[in-house]
Amino acid sequence: MSKERELLLDKYSSRVFKNRKSHITQLEFGENPDEIAANSRAIPGIITARGCCYAGCKGVVVGPVKDSVVITHGPIGCAFYSWGTRRNKAKPSYEGEPNFVPYSFCTDMRASDIVFGGEKKLEEGIDEIMQLFHPKCIFICSTCPIGLIGDDVQAVAKRVEEKYGITAIGYSCEGYKGVSQSSGHHIANNGLMRYVIGKGEEAPKGKYSLNILGEYNIGGDGWEQERILKKIGYEVVSVFTGDGSYETLKNSHLADLNLVMCHRSINYIAEMMKTKYGVDWLKVNFIGVGATSKSLRMMAKYFNDPELTKRTEEVIAEELAEISGDIEYYKSKLKGKTAGIFVGGSRSHHYQMLLRDFGMETTIAGYEFAHRDDYEGREIIPQIKADADSKNIEEISVERVVGYEDRYSLEELKDLRNEGVELDNYSGMIKDMKEGYMVVDDYNMFETDQLIEAYKPDIFFSGIKDKYAIQHGGVVSRQMHSYDYSGPYAGFRGAVNFGRDVTMSLYTNAWSLVKPPWKTMPMLEGTLGGAG
Amino acid sequence: MLELTPKEIMENRHMTINPCKTCEPVGAMFCALGAEKCMPHSHGSQGCCSYHRTVLSRHFKEPAIASSSSFTEGASVFGGRSNITTAVKNVFDIYKPDIMAIHTTCLSETIGDDVGSYIVDMEVPEGKTVLYASTPSYEGSHIQGFSNMMIGFMKYMTKKTGTPNGKVAIFPGWVNPGDDRELKRIAELMGANYIYFPDHDGTLDHPMDGKNEYFHDNAGTKAKDIEAMGDCEKLISMGIYCSLEPSEYLKKEYKVPFSNIPVPVGVKLTDQYILELQKFTKKEVPKELEDERGRLVDLMLDSHQYVYQKKAAIYGDPDIVYGFTALCLELGMTPRYIITGTPKAHWEKEIKALMDQYGVDESEYVVKADTDLFYLHQLIKNESVDILLGSSYGKQIAKAEDIPLVRMGFPVLDRYGNPIQATVGYAGAIRYTEKIVDAMMDRKDRDAADEDFDVVM
Repeated sequence: MSKERELLLDKYSSRVFKNRKSHITQLEFGENPDEIAANSRAIPGIITARGCCYAGCKGVVVGPVKDSVVITHGPIGCAFYSWGTRRNKAKPSYEGEPNFVPYSFCTDMRASDIVFGGEKKLEEGIDEIMQLFHPKCIFICSTCPIGLIGDDVQAVAKRVEEKYGITAIGYSCEGYKGVSQSSGHHIANNGLMRYVIGKGEEAPKGKYSLNILGEYNIGGDGWEQERILKKIGYEVVSVFTGDGSYETLKNSHLADLNLVMCHRSINYIAEMMKTKYGVDWLKVNFIGVGATSKSLRMMAKYFNDPELTKRTEEVIAEELAEISGDIEYYKSKLKGKTAGIFVGGSRSHHYQMLLRDFGMETTIAGYEFAHRDDYEGREIIPQIKADADSKNIEEISVERVVGYEDRYSLEELKDLRNEGVELDNYSGMIKDMKEGYMVVDDYNMFETDQLIEAYKPDIFFSGIKDKYAIQHGGVVSRQMHSYDYSGPYAGFRGAVNFGRDVTMSLYTNAWSLVKPPWKTMPMLEGTLGGAG
Repeated sequence: MLELTPKEIMENRHMTINPCKTCEPVGAMFCALGAEKCMPHSHGSQGCCSYHRTVLSRHFKEPAIASSSSFTEGASVFGGRSNITTAVKNVFDIYKPDIMAIHTTCLSETIGDDVGSYIVDMEVPEGKTVLYASTPSYEGSHIQGFSNMMIGFMKYMTKKTGTPNGKVAIFPGWVNPGDDRELKRIAELMGANYIYFPDHDGTLDHPMDGKNEYFHDNAGTKAKDIEAMGDCEKLISMGIYCSLEPSEYLKKEYKVPFSNIPVPVGVKLTDQYILELQKFTKKEVPKELEDERGRLVDLMLDSHQYVYQKKAAIYGDPDIVYGFTALCLELGMTPRYIITGTPKAHWEKEIKALMDQYGVDESEYVVKADTDLFYLHQLIKNESVDILLGSSYGKQIAKAEDIPLVRMGFPVLDRYGNPIQATVGYAGAIRYTEKIVDAMMDRKDRDAADEDFDVVM
């Protein structure tokens, strides 16, 4: 066992040790691939960073769908905490398109609703929403008590659809389902697949069309990606779901290719769209200069059109010329520094690429709610045994719809993969890391602090719950969920923003003021001692 | 911004839109963070705990450390006894607090988990305390949760030895650490020997000292002080909705008489706090305090012309909104809409009584409890106001309707430095008078024609 890992685990009682040892891996790259346990229950009392199923469903996946009303069915809290707190930016795509993202809707259940059921209140509330806003789509997201008291949100959704001729989806995404946000992603994916994707008939007009999956437009990341893609000549049919809309998601099955950013939260849809509509998916990473260029080149190879390849190279060259001065400057400030990163879905992997652009290494990395494939690559999936908690989350199966063909044969896909086009696959975070680095699944507060002590990174990327504690300890911490209210960090221009922000936080003058001068100065002579 | 909000007011909605309250457990967590070396613990699914820690961290710009029972579907069916037992062991093993303050959630309440009996059977390390309060999210609001947790602490920790300790207990209600310092400073200036609970001075605004510690020495109300509250001679508690029930509990159980006064925002309410302290200490009010008061009134008189009869919309938690309504009235402003999300109908009567003191007729304002910011926005669309006073969530309305917003109460998520300074006391009123006057004067400058633009004002 490697040194830092041993030191960390030694501090636990045998009970906790037994559980956590399989979730903490110090990379060896030995004969056998490094393994890690994931997507299992958090230990009560450990201070996990995880959230819940509702947070994954409402907060992450369906919340950003801007033209739809997302109702939180339950007591007020969850609607309050998920209101305007995630920075999934949205604006109307055309005049008159409604944008409900700044709103929070909740049935605000009281004790009597818990006792007598909340379906009636929910339906009355939806009548009011129809009268006030007449949306085309409504999502109902259940919080903890709903499943326990037996409210049937699917039945309510069905009645609403019949009454108003709109799309209404009832989600049983109660907070206790699964072991983290991840179950909520899955549930949200299932609903979108069943009731939204494939409902539209508006075919893309461009020669090459795309969906961006698992991009939530935090800080405007999705917009920077769209800017680059459109500059090359791609048509972006829909984005799941940052600045996304019901109106565009329902046509997404007609796109040529799915790009997958956050693998964890959206891989279900990517897989099901491949099966049902023959749309291939490509794991891309638009975080980092090199990573963005690589992703764009893979896309060009996929479509295999000399014109597109030429245009891709032109755009990459133009974009690099625009940012290279800034990147070099920030690299001169950041080179050689080390980082730790604990975030959600795929960011802990993506940002390592961007940090490397600036000459920084990430020595500690972990996820809140990843599965083994996010760490080890999708080849591990057949070996993953579903536990009781995973089995509670519905797996839906889809079949090929008549009239939809695969673009490439299996043989052609194999050739493309051999050429480095990572189609219908994700090889995970670990392979991009180095020996001795630490990978932690479902990290907790204690481990974060211990690892910072052991590895002494210059900066630690995490969330708001960790940020101020880490900074009190004298280590710079930046939020990787909200970008500390900055961004975008994606694409070429985003890389510059990121370099600027990291430099700013490392070099801000106030760090030199932490210690008062009298703590470092010798005491005045004669003030020590008594008479003598 | 918010352009989908129609002007026509829909009365008696079932759907809450843009809430002006949140749920009980976060109040319990906040309260527990005001006790020394205390780990708040959320008995429910871990999302609750994450949400509460997040909103507290975003308001205070400080770590808000708390643990969770991490319910899964199994615990939701079979009960959370095993989760809480494991959690208590782990928290004391790993994080080593002195106290664990458990609160429930809508999940554990709905399944009827009997946390009170679980903790009786539990092994708790020597010298450590585990306590509990019931905080169902489907009742009251975060304010009720705060109040329930105060009672939880007293239930498990407070004792009566029979020997009076000569102290006054002070319950500040839901205020910021800057307020805690101010209220304690006033008590000290009045020469009071006091126990102050809960106290977030130093727990949720800990100085930058280069140390990442879970708990700090000398921050938060000490366990021995919570225990000793039963021997206090008197209790001064602030805010009906945060502190009245805990006050009644202390009186009922330990026969400590109390005065429940409003949260001291503005001149008169601060006067009231000082008079209550004086009743206890029987000492003269020191010149220092009188001078502060004098400077505040001087500021109000000097600047009155910029705020006189300016219409204000005040929204947020019932106790702090009451205080700010009083401050606005003292400043000669016109509180036009006075709103809370907390479902306490009686609060409307208290606001009315306050407005009556200034001879404001009921037709001149709207007061409403158990409502939301969507309603407030609709009111404003029908008749606008000059200023908004409340949490960060009013900034959408402020932008949509081009109205200046002065942030106060909870949560303030989008500004820095607010919680470390006082809102209460004369010092707080000086700060907020300046903020309100500045907001009005900035607006006047912004809107002035060049020929009307004054350098001297």
